[in-house]
Amino acid sequence: MSAAVPRRVIKNYEYTQYFPADQVKEVVDKIGIYERRFADEATCSSDLCYAAAEKLLTDNNVDRSEIDLLIFISQTPDYRMPATSIILQDRLRLPHSTIAFDINLGCSAFMYGMSVAYSMMQQGGLRKALILDGETRSKVYSPKDRRTAFLFGDGGVAALVERDEKFGNSYFSLNSDGSREGLIKIDAGGYRKMSSAETVKEHVVDEYGNIRSEEQGYMHGADVFNFVIREIPKDIKALFEYAGLDKDDCDYMVFHQANNFINSYLAKKLKLDTSKIPSTIHKFGNTSSVSVPLTIVSELQGQLDGKKRLLLSAFGVGMTWATAIASFHDCKISNIVEV
Amino acid sequence: MEQKFLNSLKEAMDIEAHEVNMTDNFRDYEEWSSLAYLSVIAMLDEEYDFQIEEADFRKLQTVEDLYNAVKSK
Repeated sequence: MSAAVPRRVIKNYEYTQYFPADQVKEVVDKIGIYERRFADEATCSSDLCYAAAEKLLTDNNVDRSEIDLLIFISQTPDYRMPATSIILQDRLRLPHSTIAFDINLGCSAFMYGMSVAYSMMQQGGLRKALILDGETRSKVYSPKDRRTAFLFGDGGVAALVERDEKFGNSYFSLNSDGSREGLIKIDAGGYRKMSSAETVKEHVVDEYGNIRSEEQGYMHGADVFNFVIREIPKDIKALFEYAGLDKDDCDYMVFHQANNFINSYLAKKLKLDTSKIPSTIHKFGNTSSVSVPLTIVSELQGQLDGKKRLLLSAFGVGMTWATAIASFHDCKISNIVEV
Repeated sequence: MEQKFLNSLKEAMDIEAHEVNMTDNFRDYEEWSSLAYLSVIAMLDEEYDFQIEEADFRKLQTVEDLYNAVKSK
């Protein structure tokens, strides 16, 4: 595995151009996000993933002609078409025989990508799969909306998957609830409400004076939190039961880095050993679907030698939520690349 | 139960300077904020196994409204 983050560091205490410093400090302390990385205007999710993939392929001397599957996970793609995965196939000099497609999902998507790759490889015939997961969420949210202005950051990861009996079983629980589509959303810019001069105009959107356009994301944080504390512990318990395992069988537990408040609460509610829960929320913020694999790359380098079992858990826009109990066997992790 | 609820609410909202009474409109407290709201949600889940949607929560005004919602679960 490998990862790339933008060079530009945003210090949240100093992110005060639209809000008073004391208010900012209160929010930042509560969410536990002190720094984030922002991509510049010219850098896309795919550029971060490209850098991560080049690092991974080089560090591990991977024969590019053996990569039969490329999955690109993002909700900040290069274009509306073609799919970014196809462009990456060419940029990474992968063969034309590589199957390439995008998965358009939010925070839980890395586990979806793993599950799809594992399932396809289980059929046989595919030698290696490359899962690329990148987001530039800094470009999605309004800096003038305090409910989202301090949360999101950018990053990209690359993971190489091989099939071998030695890896043992991995288990996935993938869930969807479209009745909650309005909890986290960008209203305009798709084909339901197409881009127009109107949709890019900024408006005051609530009684607190938060400002955004219809092409910027919004989030009902309290409802998301409600949703998470109701669904996530249940899903984790159910998957442990299905797999015949429990939390003590896991070497590490990696949660979606939404904010520190949610993660601390989940750990407390599930009575988890916090020494097994790596965190990057303080330095990278919420990078959406990138946050789980980015946390693995950032915090577990050198820790995944031998046979390890990881619990992965994430939730977000959709709503979708996913839990995985995944085997990692001698997983090599490269140094993080800055772009 | 009533006193315990008041204490928990006070603690969740980090209120030190004043008492919390059933008839108070909690949205008028200086300590009330979107962040305090999250702490209250966490407290209700943890201590009362009670979850409430934002739309329903918005209808609650007084401490007693909230207490009754929890009690009637």
